[in-house]
Amino acid sequence: MATPSAVTRSAARPNRPVPSRRTTELVLVLAAVLTAVFGYVEVGVNLDGEVPADAARYGAEFGVLALAAHGVVRWRARYADPLLLPIAVLLNGIGLVVIHRLDRATPGREAASAQLLWSSLGVALFIAVLLLVRDHRRLRRYAYLGALVALVLLVVPVLFPPVYGSRIWIVVGPLSFQPGEFAKLLLAVFFAAYLAVHRDALALTGRRVWRWHLPRGRVLGPVLMIWAAFVGVLVLETDLGMSLLYFGLFVVMLYVATARTGWIAIGLGLAAVAAVTVGRLSPHVHSRVVDWLDPLGSIAAGRGANQIAQSLFAFAWGGELGTGLGNGHSVLIGFAAKSDFILATIGEELGLTGLVAVFLLYAVLVSRGFRTGIALRDPFGRLLAIGLAATVGLQVFVVAGGVLALIPLTGMTMPFIAQGGSSVVSNWIVVALLVRMSDDARRPAPAPFPAPGPEVG
Amino acid sequence: MASTRARGNGPQGLPGISVTGRRAATFCLLLVGALCVQATRAQVFESADLDHNTANQRLTIERYARPRGDILVGGRPVTGSRPTGGRYAYKRGYTDGPTYAAVTGFASQAYGNSQLEGTEDGLLTGTDGRLTGWSLWDAITRRQNPGGDVHTTIDPAAQQAAMSGLGGRKGAVAAIEPATGRILALASTPSYDPGDFAGSSGADRTAWNRLRDDTDQPMLNRALRQTYPPGSTFKVVTAAAALSAGVVTDPGAPTDAPFPYVLPGTTTPLVNDSADCDRPGLSLDAAMTASCNSVLGYLGVRTGLSKVVATAEGFGFNDPRLDVPVRPVRSNVDTSMDPAELALSSIGQFDTAATPLVMAMVAAGIANDGTVMRPQLVDKLTRSDGTEVELMRPAVYRRAVTPAVAGQVRKLMTDVVEDGTGGNARIAGAVVGGKTGTAQHGVDNSGTPYAWFISWAGPAGSDAVPPVAVAVVVADSDATDVTGGALAAPIARSVMRAVLGR
Repeated sequence: MATPSAVTRSAARPNRPVPSRRTTELVLVLAAVLTAVFGYVEVGVNLDGEVPADAARYGAEFGVLALAAHGVVRWRARYADPLLLPIAVLLNGIGLVVIHRLDRATPGREAASAQLLWSSLGVALFIAVLLLVRDHRRLRRYAYLGALVALVLLVVPVLFPPVYGSRIWIVVGPLSFQPGEFAKLLLAVFFAAYLAVHRDALALTGRRVWRWHLPRGRVLGPVLMIWAAFVGVLVLETDLGMSLLYFGLFVVMLYVATARTGWIAIGLGLAAVAAVTVGRLSPHVHSRVVDWLDPLGSIAAGRGANQIAQSLFAFAWGGELGTGLGNGHSVLIGFAAKSDFILATIGEELGLTGLVAVFLLYAVLVSRGFRTGIALRDPFGRLLAIGLAATVGLQVFVVAGGVLALIPLTGMTMPFIAQGGSSVVSNWIVVALLVRMSDDARRPAPAPFPAPGPEVG
Repeated sequence: MASTRARGNGPQGLPGISVTGRRAATFCLLLVGALCVQATRAQVFESADLDHNTANQRLTIERYARPRGDILVGGRPVTGSRPTGGRYAYKRGYTDGPTYAAVTGFASQAYGNSQLEGTEDGLLTGTDGRLTGWSLWDAITRRQNPGGDVHTTIDPAAQQAAMSGLGGRKGAVAAIEPATGRILALASTPSYDPGDFAGSSGADRTAWNRLRDDTDQPMLNRALRQTYPPGSTFKVVTAAAALSAGVVTDPGAPTDAPFPYVLPGTTTPLVNDSADCDRPGLSLDAAMTASCNSVLGYLGVRTGLSKVVATAEGFGFNDPRLDVPVRPVRSNVDTSMDPAELALSSIGQFDTAATPLVMAMVAAGIANDGTVMRPQLVDKLTRSDGTEVELMRPAVYRRAVTPAVAGQVRKLMTDVVEDGTGGNARIAGAVVGGKTGTAQHGVDNSGTPYAWFISWAGPAGSDAVPPVAVAVVVADSDATDVTGGALAAPIARSVMRAVLGR
């Protein structure tokens, strides 16, 4: 689909050199690494009263990782958005520091070194994506294969025993794997490919009921299938978070592709019906809703503080400026303190200031993703970039809203920060794809001939 | 679809991806905005409520995260802090818990704080604002000041004498330095070890439950938190009131007191314990020496309700906030009585009830020429580095009687010790004034009487204010001869000797 505005913009001033911004990225990456090292030192100083001896070594390891990623961007995606990589590095670094800090409070259950290993794998996959995917449009070919794999990934965990009430894990010996994190990637690719082809049909056809344009049954079919998948995940895996994420992603991409508000109404209506039904029927989901409506209710009932209440206690204790890394008591939250509830530690030890700073990092990451999508020229790329950015944004909202008692708690991980290999690795792939596409969006058009002039638009 | 107006670059003139993408981006940013608002709610507006929620352990953790400041007696700490290795890093320890329990109180992780541990808690934990140097900087860095120390006025020798004097009996001792109001001893038996339940373990719970359910109430501070009918020791107040009012001008001269003295408006005579009292016209001095109920009851009625009450209130009666800084219970003398009730009150019966502390204030006020000093348990508060936070200065509580009347009452009290019921308090080389008391209580006076003794002592031949005044009460003793002179006076004597250094 032609997007004249983008063409006009890049064609209007072809001779002005586009700055690559790679030096900006390098400086920001180094600043992100130094911030993480500073955090590591602060944990040591606050807990042991001295600068940890291995701070320089960890800093060097993390720095080499980040600089390797930067080097590949410089080599293979020269015009990429200069903020994407530094934000990923900083969020990953903050996550490592906070997990290390929580390790100190839970002896015998160290997770930081495993997380560093996963981060290395994530960066390796980031590099691999940049090297292998030279043009994001090639991903369209694998869209339907990807959708199939995604469905398999979603169904397989049902065969494994539930963990904390949700069947979202594949457990093989000591390794556990959360396939939903990768399914969201594959689904975004599939949605982008499907909608890029069918957006006209979806937008044009259909009946008009009162003020809304409703699509014809044939086109509606796949939409209902997605809804069924959403309900399936919700019912079979009792995982409110993932189903919310998939469905939210689908509704956002559908709207962006077709501009039909009717889709939003239908989507939200269907989601509400499913959520209310499951909320009534599933005790696991129901208890989450009850805890959300009255986080302190279990205290009044004499059953002590539930996890949401403990999480709110942690945030409250942090106040505006926080206790400083290592000085909080977020370990009182109990299990999942390093994964689903890691934001509570950030709120307690870095305060509202640190928490909002982290939120703003995500906001910048998401907005750069959207910006990439808007600046791209091909509909598939535009939808994919917007879809990936929306996944990150929705996931942050669903997780943070859950631990802050803004919405019911759902078992999901904070992108890059939370403990969990699947999450870190899949999010590095998301950033790699965004870097790849932003390079395409910003790269000056090869102009062997003199500028065609503005009349082309 | 013909009706659709062309508005954008998308299909059918609908907005294109550039527009819808921006709208979706705005939506995502609104979500982040909602998160920031919710975080501000939890971390700023509701944070104080959440911090103080009963299920939130953080305040307790912080409170026991560092060693607590100490309570010192005679310059030496009688408390300490012991690492627990648990979530609450330090718990309270006591070097000699039972001896000083009535002074320190307890500081328990599970059961809260009492006495000085309670009133001075902010200083001991380090949260007291007076400990901060640069409060804004401390607030930003969340620096916690180490706990300060509480130096008490207690004299360890007097305290030891009081505790060993009381021994296994139920009772209490309060000793005061009359010129300053410094509390020299504060003892209550049976005592307990506050270190037994300082932590939060099962053993702590067992110890607490045992002490709480003990019918002897070991955790009750009888020196401050329990009143007893003062019995004949109250005659010191009545005599002072009669002398102040001019009802008696010469203690040695015969009074117009009748015998038998029938309570006004009744047919009941006020009986005496001693045959020496059973004649009319006794002098005040003779009546005090033999502790005659009929004479003092009569003089109380002659003096009048308002003057007896006013004199009693000058010594600390009817004051609900006599904080030392631990708050004692209110000692009572009724302000509205008929003459018969006033006669009984004048000999320390009826509704009259006093804490040992207030009775020590009576003796101290008389010793200090009628000026009652405010009783104080804390000498000074210091930071952990020893610098001073606050130094307590002696303060006048009330001028209960004139120096002349106080001198006359001192003579009455020395006669009680030299020639009367208080002989057991005599100390060689010292001037001792005292008054015994044996108070009936219970339904129809069926309970074992309370044995009282109040006194003061100073070196012989010295014009200075006597350095010690003391009140002793022994309650529910098994002894056959329950009188103040037999049971309480020896304890008072050993406390006074400890202070005098003899």
